[in-house]
Amino acid sequence: MDKIEKDLLEQITGLHEVPQGAYNIRANGRGAGRRTTENIDIVTKTDKPGIDIYIKPGTKNESVHIPVLLSETGLQDLVYNDFYVGEGADVTIVAGCGIHNGGDGESRHDGIHTFHLAADARLRYVEKHYGQGDGNGQNVMNPTTVIELAERAHMEMETTQIRGVDSTVRVTRSTLADGASLRIRENLMTHGSQLAETDFSVDMNGEDCSADVVSRSVAKDTSRQVFRSCINGNNRCTGHTECDAIIMDEASVSAIPELTANHLDAALIHEAAIGKIAGEQLIKLMTLGLTEQEAEEQIVSGFLK
Amino acid sequence: MLQLKNIGYRVMADGQEREILHDINLTIEDGFTAITGPNGGGKSTLAKVIAGIITPNEGQILLDGRDITACTVTERAQLGISFAFQQPVRFKGLTVRDLITLAAGRTLTVSEACAYLSEVGLCAREYIDREINASLSGGELKRIEIAMIIARGTKVSLFDEPEAGIDLWSFNNLIQVFEKMHDTLGGSILIISHQERILNIADRVVVIADGRVRAEGTRQEILPELLQGNTTCSALTAKL
Ligand SMILES: Nc1ncnc2c1ncn2[C@@H]1O[C@H](COP(=O)(O)OP(=O)(O)O)[C@@H](O)[C@H]1O
Ligand SMILES: [Mg+2]
Repeated sequence: MDKIEKDLLEQITGLHEVPQGAYNIRANGRGAGRRTTENIDIVTKTDKPGIDIYIKPGTKNESVHIPVLLSETGLQDLVYNDFYVGEGADVTIVAGCGIHNGGDGESRHDGIHTFHLAADARLRYVEKHYGQGDGNGQNVMNPTTVIELAERAHMEMETTQIRGVDSTVRVTRSTLADGASLRIRENLMTHGSQLAETDFSVDMNGEDCSADVVSRSVAKDTSRQVFRSCINGNNRCTGHTECDAIIMDEASVSAIPELTANHLDAALIHEAAIGKIAGEQLIKLMTLGLTEQEAEEQIVSGFLK
Repeated sequence: MLQLKNIGYRVMADGQEREILHDINLTIEDGFTAITGPNGGGKSTLAKVIAGIITPNEGQILLDGRDITACTVTERAQLGISFAFQQPVRFKGLTVRDLITLAAGRTLTVSEACAYLSEVGLCAREYIDREINASLSGGELKRIEIAMIIARGTKVSLFDEPEAGIDLWSFNNLIQVFEKMHDTLGGSILIISHQERILNIADRVVVIADGRVRAEGTRQEILPELLQGNTTCSALTAKL
């Protein structure tokens, strides 16, 4: 890996070196390193670009890192990754895409990730999207996440996009069986003239399943965000979705909830709050000696933490 | 030393000009000054004028002889003015530890941050990583607000009704907190309060009503009259 790739890797995984445990690094559309373990196998797909990741039943305390790095300008990368998490396994998957676009072409990564969690499996899935580069080329990422949770499976998804992605449409589709639970936390910041669309949908099919989808976002400059979340309660279940956004400058944010209860014992809640930073918050921090700009930075970074 | 000279402040309310502060002249020496008076008298407005949150229509503010009337909130904070709000502000995402650290203006060890919280009677370990959000009660927020002022340790500390929402046990501790600040910090401690027990530890007492200074003097001079409720302002005692 060169310096730019190492830097991208650090931005999205927090790691300076190759990760511990299983990993598959994809750089500029090609494989750039892979390690499997006794319990975790990674197999290249033969019918389309991408990999299949198999995690054996009962695997505990292991992790898989699958970073994607793009440093050549104008590269259009499309990849399908399928994750099979075996019964009773308890693992962490860290994904993410870092783009460095120093040229004028559009760099684009579209990842379609499908998670198949077997009964009683537990997964923590962390993904970060990050862009940089001094060229005029756009950084585009359109991740699609498909989640299938079997009986009592539990998945936590943390998705973060803080800098440098010019356009993103993020689609997440999930289906939950009996007793399954899904928790999604989205942290998003847009600046410049960026556009970010988030589209979550959860089908709660199983008895006593639950979903909690929370988005916190900050929109700066003339950027625009659209947050859609659709929860369908098709059985006795509980669903909660929340969108909490700060707007600054001339940005705009839309929150569009859609709750459908198709069962008498489906309990669904949506909360949304959009507004600028409260003046009294700025003043409080200024009375501690911060400038207005420092106060703003503290409030925004705390909010997105 | 803090000096207020001919401070006047007016607002437009319902198309009419309304005078909130009228020709306020005060000299606040080092030591303990209590400001009291009926609700709506202008005490909080005066505190905001001192902190720079409100710009008066006329008058001057001097800190140790230097004219700070044109200084921003940030500049005044950096010059050594601290202000604990009557209504503390909530922050989604920022923790108690974040705010104490910002107040101290330097990185704090966990035990240093905890020490400030313990002073205001909060069990530090429980609180340090809590968010300053709606999950904290009004009394808890008030105490964190006071801990921030202690962490700042500046030469002027201004508290707006610090006792509000604080239970009796904590109230005893609060008095001790102020006495300790008084002994260790030096400087001027200004407390806006309706509580007789706070007035009782003050070196000087200022009574503000209808936007004016109604009385000012030592505790011995002001309190007997105030508590009897005769000449100065009979409306006052009802609120005390
Ligand atoms: N911006 C404003 N517009 C209209 N009235 C105000 C404004 N600020 C303060 N006031 C009025 O000024 C008076 C003094 O308020 P305040 O300083 O909060 O009093 P205190 O703290 O002594 O209870 C009150 O009657 C209040 O309603
Ligand atoms: Mg007040």
